[in-house]
Amino acid sequence: MQRNLSAIWMVAQREFTDQLRDWRIVVPMFLLVTLFPFIADDTTRQAVSFMNRFGGDLILDNLIPFVVLVIGFFPLSFTLVVALESFVGEKERGTIEPLLSSPIEDRHMYLGKLLVGIATPLVFSFVSIGIYLILVARRDVQFPSMYMLALILLLTFAHAVLMVSSAIVISVQATTIRAANLLASFVVVPVAFLLQGETILIFWGNEDVLWFAILGVTLLAALLVRLGLSHFRREYLLGREIDTINLKWLGRTFASRFKGQANSIKDWYRTELLQSLRQLRDPLMIVVGVGLVAGIVSYFWVVVNMPTYIDLSPERISQFRTFIAENLTNLDSLGERLPAPMLFFHNARTTIAFLLLGLVSFGTLGLTLFIGNIALVGGVLGAAQLVGYSPLLAFAVGILPHGIFELTAIFLATAATLKVGAQLVTPQPDKGLGEILLVSLADWFRVFIGIVLPLLAIAAVIEIYLTPELIKRAFPFL
Amino acid sequence: MIETNDLSKQFNNDLWAVNGVTLNVQPGKILALLGQNGAGKTTTVRMLTALLKPTRGWARVAGYDITKNPQEIRANVGVLTEQHGLYMRMTGEEYLEFFGRIYGLDPERRRARSDYLLQYFGIADAAQRRCGEYSKGMKQKLALARALMHDPSVLLLDEPTSAMDPESSRLVRDEIARLRSSQRTIIICTHNLGEAEALADSIAIIYRGKILLNGTLDELKRSVLGPVEYEAKFAHAFDAGDLSLPQGVTLAWRGSDSLRFRVERPQVVNPMLVHSLTARQAPLVSFQEVPQKLEQVYLKTMAEAQGLTYAA
Repeated sequence: MQRNLSAIWMVAQREFTDQLRDWRIVVPMFLLVTLFPFIADDTTRQAVSFMNRFGGDLILDNLIPFVVLVIGFFPLSFTLVVALESFVGEKERGTIEPLLSSPIEDRHMYLGKLLVGIATPLVFSFVSIGIYLILVARRDVQFPSMYMLALILLLTFAHAVLMVSSAIVISVQATTIRAANLLASFVVVPVAFLLQGETILIFWGNEDVLWFAILGVTLLAALLVRLGLSHFRREYLLGREIDTINLKWLGRTFASRFKGQANSIKDWYRTELLQSLRQLRDPLMIVVGVGLVAGIVSYFWVVVNMPTYIDLSPERISQFRTFIAENLTNLDSLGERLPAPMLFFHNARTTIAFLLLGLVSFGTLGLTLFIGNIALVGGVLGAAQLVGYSPLLAFAVGILPHGIFELTAIFLATAATLKVGAQLVTPQPDKGLGEILLVSLADWFRVFIGIVLPLLAIAAVIEIYLTPELIKRAFPFL
Repeated sequence: MIETNDLSKQFNNDLWAVNGVTLNVQPGKILALLGQNGAGKTTTVRMLTALLKPTRGWARVAGYDITKNPQEIRANVGVLTEQHGLYMRMTGEEYLEFFGRIYGLDPERRRARSDYLLQYFGIADAAQRRCGEYSKGMKQKLALARALMHDPSVLLLDEPTSAMDPESSRLVRDEIARLRSSQRTIIICTHNLGEAEALADSIAIIYRGKILLNGTLDELKRSVLGPVEYEAKFAHAFDAGDLSLPQGVTLAWRGSDSLRFRVERPQVVNPMLVHSLTARQAPLVSFQEVPQKLEQVYLKTMAEAQGLTYAA
């Protein structure tokens, strides 16, 4: 342990010294850290004065936490450049090879650079926040609670880890600083959106909700660190000199994995797809488990909590039932308004969305979307219970007939997305990150094309033509 | 010791940067690896320092397998890379101190090695200056000092004297020779054929990833340029006519005031040849071996590899 820390510190110490001797880093950071809190303080003063005159308590109460979040973010975005350069910059300057030729271990080198990348902007962020809070304390405004401040500092820390760890992953993968800086938008833009989302949470006024943001960002950051450590290899840094898109190789690698050893479609279904499905066993168990929990929790949450939010008096329930009956009167013509191919296309698109979200979040956002869908089902059944319909009957006739196919397809697609995420963060010494991604995508598309799409097609036909009939028979009074 | 067998490296399942390199360098010996830019020298060195994994073949460096014991190899090899790789905002002393720590030297040893190397290469006065302020030659010397900091048993030196003035080059060559005498195993990649000729015990010429030639300088000369030639120089134009030559001698070239002979066994045949010339009243001024240079060997080999005709 002592030896590991010492080796990490050795790398970090040199980087710290190097940064602090670079006036191009120190001067702008000093200006940003010292001047911005004063500007923010003045803006706060004017905003408070404005809201005292014209109202706006919600904004007034949460203005300072919001400004603290923004002040903490600025130095992070600036020092991202340092993290982006960490490996590719050394490569371009020719300083990486002596370091790589030395007996320092890969993880020590990686963690040393990560430590510097995180610590430097965090110090600047916290100093900046500190100056701002000192300035704000002099004013006659409501100072945020220590709990809220602690949450925002934690969030700033999580942002730092998230941004720096992704910047370092980019730095290892890029072959030029220019390419790394271009790729930086894949860090800055999502984090800017994230910041907007967190701002909404702050102004929403429920401090505890910020914990979800902290947990989410920390989970992603941890996965990115894991990804970086898994795929950091000396060979990768020196083995490639130029960034060229090798379409032939991309196509060949994908096609070879997708097709496998099969000689015919039948053979492919019998051997390759079956093998892919076998590999999905563990993620599928997770998805099924999470899905069941999400559905049940959502059902009970609606049943227990909704009565406190909405009026469920007999008259109101009667209104609800009338409303439902009115909306379900034209079930016969459902196929005209929503043709089965359209429904199929919509469901297929949603499944692709699972993959896309999963790709940028190592499967976690894909799983989140899945949880949302299943929770919706649970919630609808809970609502059915509240208005006096049998949830079991509603499930049996309204969901189960097409759900056997649709839910199976969605469970499989989500499991495959989780597997893609897991493969990305699993060390595979013989493959580069690009190859791992291609192979994982080929695996996903095997499941998607081979089984998910056919299941969704069947589900769409049943949902449009059979399910309405069953609903009408089960609930004749509708 | 460095030993490789069929060492090969393919990039992107496409280009074979190194293809079937087999070498053997014993302790106390220097191998010069010659070749054009992009021939595969750097890739070979990177494999020998366990930075790149071979696609095929194997290599043992300092007794360790490059794929199984990469850390041990890095700890026992000193590498001078193609680019000096100095951190420009560090001082020379800090730079050596940093690498001394990475190589696990204790503080006393770090200080002693750093002082010795800075002194030896004549850059002790600049030890407190930032590397960015060094001249090209000083940077190269500091990089070499870094490669020697942990006193490695194997040295892989890429262009060790590039950018150096003649005095510094001499200093570095002397140091390399001294390291050889202390039983270090050394590979030098260089374009400086004079340096290779002066230092190397054996020479390998690499072209498009393949070793075209490998052997001692004499072996290479003999195999590429043929038997040694001797030139007889005359005081004035001399018509040798149908000069009867001893067995094992062929006339290689005839000039107005000189003749060149290709001789199989000079110790036996040369006295007879000189005797027959003087017997013909030849106004002989000198009779000496025509020097064969590594440059000729290299250029001829390269020309043949590219399907060109070598013009001496």
